[in-house]
Amino acid sequence: MRRVSAAVLTAALVVAAPVAGAGYEETTHERVLENGMKIIVREDHRAPVVVSQVWYKVGSAYEHGGITGISHVLEHMMFQGTPAHPPGEFSRIVAEHGGDENAFTSRDYTAYYQKLEKSRLPISFELESDRMRHLLLGEEQFQKERRVVMEERRLRTEDKPSALTYEQFMATAFHVSPYHHPVIGWMDDLEHLTSDDLRAWYQAWYAPNNAILIVAGDVEPQAVFDMAEKRFGSLEPSVIPEPKPRQEPPQRGERQVVVRVPAELPVLYQGYKVPSLKTAEEAWKPYALEVLAGVLDGGDSARFTRELIRGQQVASSAGAGYDLYALNDTLFMLSGVPAEGRTMAELQQALAEQVERVRTELVDPAELERIKAQVTAGKVYERDSVFYQAMQIGKLEAIGLDWRESEKYVERIEAVTPEQVRQVAREFLDREQLTVARLEPLPKPAEDATKNASGG
Amino acid sequence: MRILTDRRRAAALFGLLLPLLLWSAAVRAVPEIQQWTTAKGAEVLFVAAPEIPMVDVRVVFAAGAARDGDQPGIGALTNALLAEGAGKLTADQIAERFDAVGANFGNDSLRDMSIFTLRSLTEPKRLKPALETFALVLGQPTFPEEAFLRERGRMLVALRYEQQSPSKIAERRFYAGLYGQHPYAVPPLGTAESLAALTVPALKAHYDRNYVAKNAVISIVGDLDRAAAEAIAEQVTAGLASGQAAAPLPKPEPRKEAERIEVAHPSTQTHVWMGQLGVQRDDPDYIPLYVGNHILGGSGLVSRISQEVREERGLAYSAYSGLSAMEARGPFIMGLQTANENRDEAMQVLRRTFAEFVAEGPTDEELERAIKNITGGYPMQIDSNSDIASYLSMIGFYDLPLDYLETFPKRIEAVTAKQIRETFQRRFHPERLLVVTVGRS
Repeated sequence: MRRVSAAVLTAALVVAAPVAGAGYEETTHERVLENGMKIIVREDHRAPVVVSQVWYKVGSAYEHGGITGISHVLEHMMFQGTPAHPPGEFSRIVAEHGGDENAFTSRDYTAYYQKLEKSRLPISFELESDRMRHLLLGEEQFQKERRVVMEERRLRTEDKPSALTYEQFMATAFHVSPYHHPVIGWMDDLEHLTSDDLRAWYQAWYAPNNAILIVAGDVEPQAVFDMAEKRFGSLEPSVIPEPKPRQEPPQRGERQVVVRVPAELPVLYQGYKVPSLKTAEEAWKPYALEVLAGVLDGGDSARFTRELIRGQQVASSAGAGYDLYALNDTLFMLSGVPAEGRTMAELQQALAEQVERVRTELVDPAELERIKAQVTAGKVYERDSVFYQAMQIGKLEAIGLDWRESEKYVERIEAVTPEQVRQVAREFLDREQLTVARLEPLPKPAEDATKNASGG
Repeated sequence: MRILTDRRRAAALFGLLLPLLLWSAAVRAVPEIQQWTTAKGAEVLFVAAPEIPMVDVRVVFAAGAARDGDQPGIGALTNALLAEGAGKLTADQIAERFDAVGANFGNDSLRDMSIFTLRSLTEPKRLKPALETFALVLGQPTFPEEAFLRERGRMLVALRYEQQSPSKIAERRFYAGLYGQHPYAVPPLGTAESLAALTVPALKAHYDRNYVAKNAVISIVGDLDRAAAEAIAEQVTAGLASGQAAAPLPKPEPRKEAERIEVAHPSTQTHVWMGQLGVQRDDPDYIPLYVGNHILGGSGLVSRISQEVREERGLAYSAYSGLSAMEARGPFIMGLQTANENRDEAMQVLRRTFAEFVAEGPTDEELERAIKNITGGYPMQIDSNSDIASYLSMIGFYDLPLDYLETFPKRIEAVTAKQIRETFQRRFHPERLLVVTVGRS
């Protein structure tokens, strides 16, 4: 049993009430259709609104060299028509019903959503069930959408020095793991994608038994299940490929990469190899890493803001982060931008001292209590967003975790002790497991400077 | 760190500038907005939301960059310094007090508004210290010299970030070109020179002048009754002087001719910003321009600009238009980013799409679809406490009638295609556009 001061204990007891009342067990309902499609309904009757999301267990972590970015290009193509709904009509129908729609692709999943007034939910089911199995993938639309995605890559990565650096950072940290590849894909791979590649990818992964339907909002669960049965129940399941594990071999020493491009600001990324909740052998460790991230960067009272930005004034910004819900082994990230007049070497030194401290000293119980107070409050705040609630369910289910795991989040965090935080820091924040990427800005090319001067 | 890449950006971009204001009594009773004035003279808007044991408090001052005068950056720096020392508390202690009760404190500074937000559980053991700290931050900031120097240094870093971002470079040049001598030309982060000239006494004077109760609007949404909301409003304004509301902003001068600004930048894409003066928040033409913009480029993939630039030609990931309604006339902006070699073609498509729309207006079918989209989507715009708090700030800040949200759908439904065409022709001039490009074409 962890020791806490009487004052802290009182505070913890006082807040227990609203948190306990926030349990989702009674308002969340599950069904699996005969074709293997899982449906999760979260009731929230605050507003006459519904969020409908279809998650597919495919993303860049399922890709391999040569076709990187294909999951994301396919996400774009999902708006480019079926025999029943020609290109563009999907978006038009959703818009006409006052809906808000979009989609997102990450390393571990691809998801599509509509946000609608509650009576329009059938629209979502009709369109999603149609494009789950009947996508056109027309050559003309494909060529055009490939150009759009290349523009997207230019916008998000090529012309953003920090994003270019992050991409090189990930490619350096992971040699074998598919996390080596950027979600949006390498430009050369995008240039050489074909519509046949897309067709094969679609056939492999887009099937009811590889999908999760999440509906959250002002709905009646049985009515949703009935409607889902009607719309999705007749879709044929597929044999879903089993991806090779591609386990990253042990790292044998620190790795460094430097990116030099025209830029104004240096940026530093550091990452240590760590397990996720999915891959960890001991379930408490990911939660201890989560608390560790909070000790360093959980709010303005956490160490990075207090000590690196305010105290030593060595960083203009500094962050620590950890993705608990990753499909594969992931990274415990540190990042930062040096303060005005301070060097990258000074920032790296300051981060090294922070790491050394969590490896050797126990965190102060008051720090831990602040993190826990933020977590318990956050659990209440999340009820203000139906969309966020659906996202939480999807993120877990898409990597094969039960959504109830997120219900245990608060209690798991509460159970973490100062000793456990130090233990994971010692085990994982190991210099031999570190990858460092630095952006070293080059001056703006002379031709641009001259042109601006003369162009006035 | 999670990487998501989603497929549309235009909506997100302009969602910030132009929240859809859609509400109708037909499907859901409009939450009752209560309004009053504190003893010190601050306006308060309150909506009771008993479903979740939490409260959002949002305090907005007319103290954005438009009030910077000849000290660009002073508004943003003042805004950033309030939580860096207040009463007897240091920045560390302020942060600890919020974090220890799980409260979220936020601050932001725009051209019109200086914004402070607090989200807390309503549990008294948490809410009380959070409110006490919030009130101190608003009412008794101490502007420590050390924090001033540090935060100014961080703004210089932010300025340098802007200089490596083609979209930020374009934005700065666009506002400067569009507004000339008007206060909206002032860049919110200032310049390296203007920041160097700032001092703590100057910030204190700026605070004393602008951070007064009569220049503030307080929005409260949460699990409280009226009496509790009144107490909160009194508490957070207790440290403020009563003062005076800011004078109205001057009217910007519309441009008389076209202008082209070309900035060379080592990027693979050229960012294009085109536009002219748009609307002020209480503009009588607002509704037809709003619906027209929605059809032209304000509704994501289905809008004309996105159809022509992206869906037909694959020339850009994001192509949009946006109307930003502000205290004085905000900008009307059309934008895209495209590979440098495609710049001229993409710009031509954008110009032609705009010119055709101004000449011909929308089709009846387009208008019908837009009205359905705007009115049918209204419940989603107000489905969270944080949405409602933002709308309350807008209504209070811009002196909109309390039934503004209730009547909005009816006003949208009353718009005709002819009215949109005539308003666009009267207000917009394709031959007088300001065009800024940043890239290497």
